[in-house]
Amino acid sequence: MRLILRNLGFYLLAFWASLTLNFVLPRFMPGDPVSRMFAQAQGTMQPDQIAQLRKLFGLDHRPLWEQYLSYIKSVFTGDLGISITRFPTPVTDVIGSQIGWTLLLGGVALVIAAVLGNLLGIVAAWRRGGVLDSAFPPLLIFVGSFPYFWLAMGALYLFGVSLGWFPMRHAYDVGLTPGFNGEFLSNVATHLVLPALTIVLVSIGGWMLGMRNTMIATAAEDYITMAEAKGLSPSRIMFRYAARNALLPSVTNFGMALGFVVGGALLTEVVFAYPGIGYQLLMAVQGLDYPLMQGIFLTITAAVLIANFLVDLVYVRLDPRVRVR
Amino acid sequence: MTAIEIATATTPTAPARTSRRRGLVRQLIDSKKALTGLILLAVFALLALLAPVLAPGDPSLINSTGSQAPSTAHWLGTTAKGQDVLALTLWGARSSLFVGFTVGLVATAVAILVGLASAYFGRIVDDALTLVTNIFLLLPGLPLLIILAAFLPPGTSTVILVLVVTGWAGSARVLRAQAKSIRGKDFVAAAVVTGERPLRIMFREILPNMASVVMTTLLGCVIFGIGAQAGLEFLGLGDSSVVSWGTNLYWASNDGALMTGTWWAFIPSGLCIAFVAFALALVNYAVDEITNPRLRNRRARRERRG
Repeated sequence: MRLILRNLGFYLLAFWASLTLNFVLPRFMPGDPVSRMFAQAQGTMQPDQIAQLRKLFGLDHRPLWEQYLSYIKSVFTGDLGISITRFPTPVTDVIGSQIGWTLLLGGVALVIAAVLGNLLGIVAAWRRGGVLDSAFPPLLIFVGSFPYFWLAMGALYLFGVSLGWFPMRHAYDVGLTPGFNGEFLSNVATHLVLPALTIVLVSIGGWMLGMRNTMIATAAEDYITMAEAKGLSPSRIMFRYAARNALLPSVTNFGMALGFVVGGALLTEVVFAYPGIGYQLLMAVQGLDYPLMQGIFLTITAAVLIANFLVDLVYVRLDPRVRVR
Repeated sequence: MTAIEIATATTPTAPARTSRRRGLVRQLIDSKKALTGLILLAVFALLALLAPVLAPGDPSLINSTGSQAPSTAHWLGTTAKGQDVLALTLWGARSSLFVGFTVGLVATAVAILVGLASAYFGRIVDDALTLVTNIFLLLPGLPLLIILAAFLPPGTSTVILVLVVTGWAGSARVLRAQAKSIRGKDFVAAAVVTGERPLRIMFREILPNMASVVMTTLLGCVIFGIGAQAGLEFLGLGDSSVVSWGTNLYWASNDGALMTGTWWAFIPSGLCIAFVAFALALVNYAVDEITNPRLRNRRARRERRG
């Protein structure tokens, strides 16, 4: 319990740090957002519009600590400001309408990559020097070396443009009304294949190698030798004895990856114009939509922190050793 | 965030002893993986250095009609604007490798400083530095990169700064763990008792004993630097007037190379990034195998298993 509270304290502190970062950046960086927007609008803005924008940003002439307090207060009351590119939609509404797609894409890709990667790692470690162990790691390292947005571009070109097997943009066809019916769901699924596939391809190597290496370390433990001496079946030793214990680091990785689901598919979303918050973040940056930018950053950070906290909770249950420390 | 980071983060590394250090370089050259990686890196470094000789003149100069397929006049074809893709790729190597290695070196230096100070001083210093490290580790990298890049004026130095800020924390954690275990060794205690200065103990006694981990960290940071730079520039957040592999991909995507089927505009730069990252990963993999006997000692284990 004390451990959990300590962890909770840490995550709150981390969240406060990202909040503060969000507050500090527009105020202390060279060229404040309003003057930049003013420059971009090239003189079409009136002075009173500028003053209004400043107020909208909370960049008015109140003392800094007062701005800071009201900023924190508004974040905790769920007010992230008004989006500028989608004026007058509140930032929270923009994020709310798009986070689902990000969770779908990132979640599907993560689960497939983690399950497949770990299984491959277990088998590769168990058959040291076999085909899987000698051919797969270098191959996967090579595939993992490609910038994943580049693989996404390649997949888009090959399967979208040249072969025309899969749709190239967006999460579902224009003109389709979202709903829980077969037509819509299969449409969403076909739009999901290419983006998810590229993320799986790039990340599977990490899972496999991580699992393989911990499996090799675990396989050297005495209790494995003991199990072998008892004459237990190899598959029983592999899964019940070795893999079960080697899985712990993967649990941690899964948790960290879980947090990155929200921000990690960013480049893929951009390539496929997938309507998630990663794509939206880039749109916000290009449109100098600072409130939306910061809102998305805060959402992603919060997701990472919450996911990590949950993993900590699970980990305490899985590994009794952390409770002792 | 990338596959390689996950791999290195979970790889257990055995402590390297001083006596084994000279062996590391020789073993690296003996290892087929490492040698392949080192040769690949050398080739790319050479091509980058020789870019002004191989493709003289301004690489972004328009000297042909656009979107031409590879031919004898333009070995890798031309972009939609009519620039020679080969020249862009060769010159792009300079900026990409420079930024990648600079980021790697600076981020590793920061990580070493933090890790060593954490391990040496312990107590409050350790607590504070660990807290900062963990927070930076948790802040999502790419979104933070984008936010920072959006606020700072565009340019190569911004890219480097932003990548160092977001890239050092993972390495610091690994280095701290390693430094901590060496901090507890007798020879360090002896140095403390004889009244050596902290800086000297940190850099002359502790640091040399973690050479292999520093190397792995450095390679990881360079891979991160090259990949993240490409991503940032691909999004148009770098300096798009600089020729680099990332900006080449940005322009290819901007000019609609995918939709018009001019695959030669985006294949070369992506392949180059992949080959450099792959070469670095190979060397990294080899260092892991050399310093972690359990990953290497294949024959003995196979015999045991029958």
